[in-house]
Amino acid sequence: MPVPQAAARDALRTAAHGCVRDATGTDDVDGVAPRWVVGARDTATMAAVLSACAAGELSVVVRGAGTKLGWGAPPRRCDVLVDTLADPVGDSGDTTLFSHAAGDLVVTASAGLGLADLQARLAPAGQRLAVDPARPGTVGGLVATGEAGPLRLLYGRVRDLVIGVTAVRADGVVAHAGGTVVKNVAGYDLGKLLTGSYGTLAAITEVTFRLHPVPAAQAWVTVPASSTADIRQRIQAAIHSQTVPAAVELDRPGPSAADVSVLLEGTSAGVAARAAALAGELGPDARVADTPPPWWGREPGSPAGAPVPVLLKATCPIGAIDALLEAVDAAAGAATGAHVRGSAGAGAVIVGLTCADMADPSRVAPVVQTLRAKVGELGGTVVLQTAPAAVKEAVDVWGPVPAMGLMHAIKRQFDPAARLAPGRFVGGI
Amino acid sequence: MPAPDSIDALVERLRPVLDADALITDRQRLRTYECDGLAHYKVTPALVVLPRTTDQVAAIVRACAQAGVPFVARGSGTGLSGGALPHADGVLIVTSRMRAILEVDRDDQRAVVEPGVINLDVTRAAAPAGYYYAPDPSSQQVCSIGGNVAENSGGAHCLKYGFTTNHVTGCEFVTPAGEVIGIGGKAPDPPGYDLLGAIVGSEGTLGIATQVTVRLTRSPQTVRTLLAGFPDTDTAGAAVSAIIAAGVVPAAIEMMDALAIEAAEAAVACGYPDGAGAVLIVELDGPAAEVDTQFDRVAGFCRTCGAFELRIATDDAERALFWKGRKSAFAAVGRISPDYIVQDGVVPRTALPQVLRRIGELADERGIRVANVFHAGDGNLHPLVLFDDAVPGQAEQAEQCSGAILDICLEHGGSITGEHGVGADKAAHMPKMFTADDLDTMQMLRCAFDPATIANPGKVFPTPRLCGEVPGRHRAGSHDPRPDWPAGVEVF
Repeated sequence: MPVPQAAARDALRTAAHGCVRDATGTDDVDGVAPRWVVGARDTATMAAVLSACAAGELSVVVRGAGTKLGWGAPPRRCDVLVDTLADPVGDSGDTTLFSHAAGDLVVTASAGLGLADLQARLAPAGQRLAVDPARPGTVGGLVATGEAGPLRLLYGRVRDLVIGVTAVRADGVVAHAGGTVVKNVAGYDLGKLLTGSYGTLAAITEVTFRLHPVPAAQAWVTVPASSTADIRQRIQAAIHSQTVPAAVELDRPGPSAADVSVLLEGTSAGVAARAAALAGELGPDARVADTPPPWWGREPGSPAGAPVPVLLKATCPIGAIDALLEAVDAAAGAATGAHVRGSAGAGAVIVGLTCADMADPSRVAPVVQTLRAKVGELGGTVVLQTAPAAVKEAVDVWGPVPAMGLMHAIKRQFDPAARLAPGRFVGGI
Repeated sequence: MPAPDSIDALVERLRPVLDADALITDRQRLRTYECDGLAHYKVTPALVVLPRTTDQVAAIVRACAQAGVPFVARGSGTGLSGGALPHADGVLIVTSRMRAILEVDRDDQRAVVEPGVINLDVTRAAAPAGYYYAPDPSSQQVCSIGGNVAENSGGAHCLKYGFTTNHVTGCEFVTPAGEVIGIGGKAPDPPGYDLLGAIVGSEGTLGIATQVTVRLTRSPQTVRTLLAGFPDTDTAGAAVSAIIAAGVVPAAIEMMDALAIEAAEAAVACGYPDGAGAVLIVELDGPAAEVDTQFDRVAGFCRTCGAFELRIATDDAERALFWKGRKSAFAAVGRISPDYIVQDGVVPRTALPQVLRRIGELADERGIRVANVFHAGDGNLHPLVLFDDAVPGQAEQAEQCSGAILDICLEHGGSITGEHGVGADKAAHMPKMFTADDLDTMQMLRCAFDPATIANPGKVFPTPRLCGEVPGRHRAGSHDPRPDWPAGVEVF
């Protein structure tokens, strides 16, 4: 029997040390209204809150800064929105965990710590977490979505940098995996399983990352490219060069023009020499700069730079980038503008659909379907990352995913009553 | 426990599926598979099978699942934690006949290989295109990619390049129900749970990889290696700290102490600096424009911290000689001791000097010699505990000493294994590192893959978890959104 509402709210109040309020319109999760918002900024509070939710049979979505709350499919239910956002100031009331072992290049941080804040706290030691997502929110949001930026090429994705995790299960039990040392193969790597799981398996409360030194110098080598074959050729030249690019990015506002830009990181003398060498390999029109192009690391926008309503994430084998771009052009057609930007050197780009009536599902659905079919043939995938609610209703957000049976089995083990972010993830998980 | 006749029935069922010589039932021949690289654990399997294809592996596993017979996968059998130790009533599935390198794709920077392929052969195949496979466990001349996937193998160069888990982008996988699934591929970021992240390093307890897609890495323009002799491990450790603190990320930083050097000299005459209490091997790779400057800085740090001799490899032959002493260190210890235990623990790198002192004290207290070889850059220790099995009680003492070293690692916030795995050897140590709830949570993953616990049972976890799911009730594939896919075959 579900617990009566008033009793459930009281239980949450106790669990969260009074930090409970009724939800307002701004708390909607991708259009779904929660009943209550509860603060849980540390592991113990999160455990108490999720225990109360388990007792009350309440469904839960965890929110950090909320920058990616609209990603994935909308939840089927959301009784409780758990807010992890921590106070960025280290005053006495701050329960934010930030434990930096500089000599070991390791940091442990609360899920609610802002990514920008984390980086600022690491900077004095000359270190950084080598991630550069377009939507920097909290540590928890970064891990829950696995969002990656240009640096993924050299440093890997978030899952490659997570070395330990603390999470609270749907039944309120606290579990750890991994550790605080970079090299460790004891037990299953639940940190990887939770990374990119969109809050459907457990609530991440603390994460330990491996860190990298901040490079002394950076340079961007940018070259224009016209045709899809030309783009492919420049990208191939960059990844096969021995200059060790940290990132190889593409910006293609439309079929007629594009830029390929390559980031080099290292010592100042080394970067200068490598940039000159790479510019030689990319062609006579390559330009070297010590600042990034204005579009670097950002999501594709409309020609005027405004955010676009529909963003797709598309992947392919690195060598198939030309075919992927041709598939985008064919699927979007002349009537729908498609702006492609992202980590083409790693085989992952974001496609922004830029035409005016992108809130109309009948415009978007065929584009996604056509693109998905063609990209699937290349060995890649297409995910609808952000879109108006009506579009998400009409389009399968995640597309076909193999091994769904195993994924459902994992979900049933961790969250048998399907109360954690139900419906947000692949296959209705 | 399956009845003995279930193995006979299994043999009859598999005979039409497998090659005539792919079923081994002869007791004498079965015994050749009784252990892996951890040779003091021995169990003779009930049956050994040598499949050639994914379909054969799937048929074997399906037959095991239906008969309730456990199975253990084995590649080259070089593992050092008994991960491929057979089950007495079970089937040992040996992948040594699955040795095809199916594809080396320069444009996509990927290779597709079968699980029995030898690690170094991937690099050999990729070398003409200017590429290599980065994870390089010391056993890379013999160990298999399938074994690397199971163990999440590292190697000396994982300090800079990461482990197997960072280099596998796809696999074809046989679940413990005998179904074939495809995960990932040449493209990155497959949507859904990170099944690859779960499988790599799961020590064969979640199923068997039958095809692996790996990332290939562009060969570095320059590799530079130095060998430095220090008076003791403290000064060598200080040099390591100085290098890391300066923001240099070497490809490898390896350390050996006096006893390990003595053993290496006796075995391979590597000619390390006379009288060294510790040697460091530091290797930098990458663009020449970076490496040359950084290398000079590294050499400077070594000198400042007390290195009394510094050698710089002038060619590949000299570099190989530097590495020869290090790579042969485990076996070399056999020259100075009749028996030894290879331990594998991790501590935060900054705790190395303290931990080495504690290990030294421990060894002195117990009158046992411990040689130390380690990946100093990431705090991964390989203490070699020396003993003589002919002397009554010494083996037990050495075993206790080896276990106490792990306790020291844990006291300093480390791990009970950095690269050799938990396997059969360290399952009992897991509760020292993880709470009961942690282990219970990990086993939820196992229950999702293998509710009947037939995939490599008895490894990794000290006690199995009751899964609460009836085997076969939730068939993998039953929720596929595309019902037109052939049953049991997943498209990716």
